[in-house]
Amino acid sequence: MNQAAHAHPEHRDDFGAKLGMWLFLLTEILLFSGLFLGYAWMRTRYPAEFHHAGTEMNAVLGVTNTIVLLTSSLTMVLSLVAIQRGERKRAMLGVGATILLGLVFLVNKAFEWHAEIHHGNYPGSAHLATLPPGEQVFFGLYYTMTGLHGVHVLVGISVLSVMLVMIKRGRISRDRFVVLENGGLYWHLVDVIWIFLLPLFYLAA
Amino acid sequence: MTEHRAAHGGLPLSYLDDTGSKRGILAWITSTDHKRVGILYLYATLSFFAVGVAIGFIMRLVQLGPFHHLVTAQWYNALFTVHGVLMIFLFVIPGLPPVFGNFMLPLMIGARDVSFPRLNLASWYFFMAGAILVVVSLFTGGGPPDTGWTFYVPFSLKTGTNVTLAVFGAFTLGFSSMLTGINFITTIHQMRAPGMGWFRMPLFPWALYATSWIQVLATPILAITLVLVMLERIVGIGIFDPAKGGDPILYQHLFWTYSHPAVYIMILPAMGAITEILPTFAKRTVFGYKAIAFSSIAIAGVGSLVWAHHMFTSGISPFALMLFSLLTMIVAVPSAIKVFNWTATLYKGSIEFEPPLLYALTFIFLFAIGGLTGVMQGALAINVHVHDTYFIVGHFHYVMFGGTGFAFFSALLYWFPKMFGRMYSRRAAYVAWVPLFIGFNMLYFTMLVLGLQGMPRRYYNHLPMFDLGHEVATVGSWFLVLGLAIFFINLIVAKFRGAPAGDNPWGGVTLEWTTASPPPTENFEEIPVVTHGPYVFEQEGDA
Repeated sequence: MNQAAHAHPEHRDDFGAKLGMWLFLLTEILLFSGLFLGYAWMRTRYPAEFHHAGTEMNAVLGVTNTIVLLTSSLTMVLSLVAIQRGERKRAMLGVGATILLGLVFLVNKAFEWHAEIHHGNYPGSAHLATLPPGEQVFFGLYYTMTGLHGVHVLVGISVLSVMLVMIKRGRISRDRFVVLENGGLYWHLVDVIWIFLLPLFYLAA
Repeated sequence: MTEHRAAHGGLPLSYLDDTGSKRGILAWITSTDHKRVGILYLYATLSFFAVGVAIGFIMRLVQLGPFHHLVTAQWYNALFTVHGVLMIFLFVIPGLPPVFGNFMLPLMIGARDVSFPRLNLASWYFFMAGAILVVVSLFTGGGPPDTGWTFYVPFSLKTGTNVTLAVFGAFTLGFSSMLTGINFITTIHQMRAPGMGWFRMPLFPWALYATSWIQVLATPILAITLVLVMLERIVGIGIFDPAKGGDPILYQHLFWTYSHPAVYIMILPAMGAITEILPTFAKRTVFGYKAIAFSSIAIAGVGSLVWAHHMFTSGISPFALMLFSLLTMIVAVPSAIKVFNWTATLYKGSIEFEPPLLYALTFIFLFAIGGLTGVMQGALAINVHVHDTYFIVGHFHYVMFGGTGFAFFSALLYWFPKMFGRMYSRRAAYVAWVPLFIGFNMLYFTMLVLGLQGMPRRYYNHLPMFDLGHEVATVGSWFLVLGLAIFFINLIVAKFRGAPAGDNPWGGVTLEWTTASPPPTENFEEIPVVTHGPYVFEQEGDA
């Protein structure tokens, strides 16, 4: 890295960095699109089963988590605004709040999964084997899609934690904030994907 | 800058000599210089290619009576799976873009590096991690996977072999491919030299641009499909398992949604390299610049919509069959445009015959056979007859080996003097071509015939009626291996003992030939300013 640093002393390309990030987000959308496609096909095959399995979902927890994530996107934007104005403390506060809300989301999710598993609704369980095939697929998709989304929340939290340190050390500052902007873009994407997951599972009934 | 200007009388150090603050292998595996990363990819992919060739060689031996019991039937299944996985995921897909793309793209567009040099090195690590996982999967767990490289469900869910780890390896390799794609798109958008508009850009970068979009758009679909296979094997989520309401056809759709466009990841940069080589040796500008540039984009676009032609016998609706058959025929059009443009480029050129040109012409010949047999299979009736036979195997080897493989060889011969600053023996390169060409056609053309006669692919045994064909093909494989050996020994010798090649041995006019061979770390003393299109040869005046 040292080498790169002295080989390209002047090279800085904020637009390029953002372009790269958008391309990466595109790959993320396509990653989930494979699952959305699978969901669409399975739901067409088993409309009644999906409806019935959807009644087992806890819509209150799902909606709560939606509110939590949307708020976290707000704190993320506020943090970006703050850094653009040079208010470092407030920017750190914003990122910190985003991380905290992300953790709240994951804790909520853990309770929800725990409850479902407690009811025997997990792949390979004896209870699930007694249900009609379409409902088994519903739960398979439920764990896969919310699980993959959860992994993304976790990655987002880790990325934002690094950014917290970077703001503290002045590596992200008033005139050098593209990294935070990109981190924010990633976080919003995770948020947007959740907004699609909510109706597909929690409001499926 | 000053620290790069060491002993060479004020000249900047070449990327090969400039080790930065590190030594030995560390100076390579920690370097973010696009040229060093390209060389890392070159060595890695060629090593896997060698293993793949060895496995292919054994598979051919097994089809010869006396050697039939060299391996068991189970091992034969493992061999064709591993051969496919190695060749496709570790050689053909990461062949041209990460090797020549990394090395040449910044040079050709007049940049000092790619947009994200550290990401570039990281993608090599992803590549190696994936490769190691694939290799480990061969020796651990239930033994090497025996599903074929396509990992079709439901067999891939039921088999006791080490599918999960191999699939995870392929998943990791996908990251490498995707990150390279993101890097190249950004580089092409942002880093072109002043004055180099889109239509002054050489056509290899154009091909890389189209390829990168496929890598970005298609690879995630493979990633999620492989994740689903892993989850299905580990926890049994049921999406591909009919017993739980899942659908195996869904797997095939998802798999080919990536894996067909992946064919264009393999062939587009190969076409791009050929498009660089022909004008240089015809000493005239390329015929139909814009047609070639746009046909790359068209291939990438239409090629993403033809995946279900791999599934004509899987049981999909008649309407889908017709649609995908039509689209498959259409994708042949932009490919043919390229072939016509290449031949037109040679027409009335002042041709200077050199080894890269010979291999490039061989590419056109073999690719034409591969392409035309592909159109044949796009026709529904023929497809049903030849599905899963040696005809398919012959066809895709003509495209992937005759196409991408020979383009890779041609590109290697073309850019080798630039990359290493040394020249190989031209005579040895010609000599290698003879057994390569004869062996290639004996092996794969015979496969086309065997397939039409009804020899199924992936079978350990064959009926006596196919004996002659198998004997011809196996002997062909010996010639092929001999040719490969001569080809690569020539290059290895040249790497260490070749005569200095000079900065521009072929008289090329694209930007990579304006700098030293091997290029300095910074690529150019001063970033060039571009005032005209890429293939302007002086003899022609303003062309």
